[in-house]
Amino acid sequence: MAQVTLNKLVKHYDETPAVRGIDLDIADKEFVVLVGPSGCGKSTTLRMIAGLEDITGGEVLIAGEVVNDVPPKDRDIAMVFQNYALYPHMSVYENMSFGLRLKKTPKDDIERRVQNAAQILDISELLDRKPKQLSGGQRQRVAMGRAIVRDPKVFLFDEPLSNLDAKLRVQMRTEIKKVHQKVRTTTVYVTHDQVEAMTLADRVVVMNGGNIEQVGTPHDLYHTPQTKFVAGFIGSPAMNFLPCALEEAAGALRVRLSDELSFPVPQERTARYRPHVGRGKLLFGLRPEHIMEQRPHLEPNQTPFEVELEVTEPMGMETLVYFLVRGTEVCGRVSPNAGAQDGARMKLVADLNNVHLIDDESGKVL
Amino acid sequence: MSASAQAIGVAESAKHGSLKRSRRWALIWSYVFLVMFAVFFLMPPIYMLIMGLKGSGEIAAMTNPWWVFHPTLENFKALLTSTQYLTFFRNSAVIAVAVVIVTMLIAVPAAFSLGRMRFWGSTTLATGVFLTYLIPDSLLFIPLFKIMAWVHETTGIALLNHWWALIIIYPTLTVPFCTWIMIGYFQSIPKELDEAALIDGAGYIQMLTKIFLPVAMPGMIAATIFAFTVSWSEFLYPMAFTVSADQLVLPVGIVTTLIKGDVYNWGQIMAACLLGAAPPLVIYAFLMDYYIAGLTAGATKG
Repeated sequence: MAQVTLNKLVKHYDETPAVRGIDLDIADKEFVVLVGPSGCGKSTTLRMIAGLEDITGGEVLIAGEVVNDVPPKDRDIAMVFQNYALYPHMSVYENMSFGLRLKKTPKDDIERRVQNAAQILDISELLDRKPKQLSGGQRQRVAMGRAIVRDPKVFLFDEPLSNLDAKLRVQMRTEIKKVHQKVRTTTVYVTHDQVEAMTLADRVVVMNGGNIEQVGTPHDLYHTPQTKFVAGFIGSPAMNFLPCALEEAAGALRVRLSDELSFPVPQERTARYRPHVGRGKLLFGLRPEHIMEQRPHLEPNQTPFEVELEVTEPMGMETLVYFLVRGTEVCGRVSPNAGAQDGARMKLVADLNNVHLIDDESGKVL
Repeated sequence: MSASAQAIGVAESAKHGSLKRSRRWALIWSYVFLVMFAVFFLMPPIYMLIMGLKGSGEIAAMTNPWWVFHPTLENFKALLTSTQYLTFFRNSAVIAVAVVIVTMLIAVPAAFSLGRMRFWGSTTLATGVFLTYLIPDSLLFIPLFKIMAWVHETTGIALLNHWWALIIIYPTLTVPFCTWIMIGYFQSIPKELDEAALIDGAGYIQMLTKIFLPVAMPGMIAATIFAFTVSWSEFLYPMAFTVSADQLVLPVGIVTTLIKGDVYNWGQIMAACLLGAAPPLVIYAFLMDYYIAGLTAGATKG
C-alpha cells in the first residue's frame, strides 16, 4: 500500500511534448482516474509511473521513494493492459503465477494467492484454460488476477475496458469497483470515457494537451468545473455553450443570449459576476439536464422561456430536445410525457442555479 | 402482403441457389488445378521410384518408362551396403543438424535484438541482414574459397576438403533468411506482452526464453525447416570445397560417384535420390503437423 506522487513530470518524444510538467498526489488506497481525449498525455503519464517510458523531467515517487531510475520490476506495481497482454501459451494459472514464479515464491504460497485472486474474480473454473479459450471479459478478469496475485503497492490500468462491448464494459466497471473495495490497493486508472471515470474514481484527473485541467471528486468536476474544457468534457450530452453578455439593470444582473432571450443571474452570484458586466467573449454554460419542461411550481432561479424545437430524440426515460439560439444548437432534457414534437413550439425552464459563466479567452470558469 | 412475401422468398431461394452453384464451380476448378499440380510435382519422385526398382538390364532395354516389369530391390541393396553412400548420408545428416543448431543459436538472439530491442541503427541492420541473403552463393563461393585458404595459411587449420567445414559455411546462407523470418515473427507479437513480462519481473533473457520462443514457435519451425532444407540440398559449396570421396555430402556424392565418365548408373542414381529425399520429407511431415497445431492451439472455444 502506498501513495504515488508526481513532481513537475515532463515527457518529450524527441521534440514533441507529451506531458508538460504535471503535479499530482495520489493517496494510499485511493482510486484515481486519469481521463482526457486521445493524445492528452494520460497513457504516457501512466507508463512513466510504470517505468515503461523514460522520464524527461521531474520525478515519480512511489511510497515516498523517487523511482525515476528504478526498473519496472522493482517498482512493485502491477499493470492491466487494454489488450489484456496475456501470455498466449500459458494457462490462466500459469499466467497469474508467472510473476511470482520469477520471484521464486514458494509453490504453496503461489497456489494460495492464485486461488484467492481467482475467487475474488470468480475465475476459479478457468484456471486450466488457455487465454484463447476465454471470452473478452474473462481475459480481462485474468489480466486483473495477474495483477492481484502480486499484491503490489500500486495497480495501473491502461484503458482496460476499451476492447469490450458496451454491455460487458458496464458489467466489468462494476467488477473493477468491487475488486478495489475488496483489495484496497492504490490504483491509477486511465480511460478516455468520462462515464468510466466518474463512476469508478475517488478522484478524477482531467488532462488536456499534456496538462492537468482539474483534479477533483466526480461531484466537484460535474458541479464546479474550473475550465471550459472540463465543463464540456464531463457530462453527456455535453454542456451547452452560448456566447452571452452580462447586463446590469436596477441593481440586478442579467445574462443576455439574444435580443429576445435573457435570464436573471441568481442573487448569490451577483457579486461574483459584477466585475464582468459589459465585457466581451463571455460564454454561458448550462447542462442539458438543467433545461427542463415547464412545470407548475418553479424553484428559485428557475426561469421559463419559449422556443421552437428543431429536433427531438426520445430516449425512453427522457426526451432530448434541440433548438437554436442565434444559430447555436442547444440541447435540453425533458420528460417523455412533456409532449415535445419536432418543429413545435415548447415552453421550457432554465435552471440558473447551475449556470456557469466562462471567460472564452482564458477558458476559465468565472 | 403475402404476394410480396412470396416474391421475397423466391428471390432469396434464387440467390441461395446461385451461391451454391458458384461454390460448386469454385470447388470443381480448385480440384482441377490441384490435381494438375499434384500430377506435375509427383511425376519426378514417381519416376525416381520406378527407375530405382528396375534392374540395369531392364533400363538398358528401354521398355515402357512408366512401368516396372521385373521389380528388384538390388539398387537399394547396393546403395545401403556401400560404405560410400552411407558416408555421404552421414555427412549430410550431421551437417544439416549442426547447421540447424548453429543457425538458430545465431538467428534467434539476433532477431530478438533487431526486432524487439529498439536501438540506434536496428532497422538499418535488419535491412542489411536481409540484403546479405539476396547475394547468390554462386557469387560468394570464390571469395569464401579464398577466405578458407587464407585461414589455412594463417592458422594452420585446414578447412578445405573437410566436410565439417561446411557447418561453418552453410550458416552464411541460412542465418540471414532465418533471422529475417524470426524478426517478422517477433515483431508480430504485441509490445504489451514484453511490457507485461517486464513488470512481472522478467529480464531480457527470461522474456526471450519464457515468452517469445514459445509464442514464436511456428516461426522457429519455419526457420528450422528452411535451414535443414538448405543444408541438405546445397550443391555448389560442397562441390567447390570438398573433393575426397569420404568428405562428400549426398547431392555431390551421388553425382560424382554414380556417374563414371559417360556411364550413368541410372538405377542407383534414382534410388539414391529417392532415399536422399526421405529425411526432409519426414521432417516436413512431422514438423508441419506441429506447425499447424501451434498456429491453431486453443483457437476453438472450449
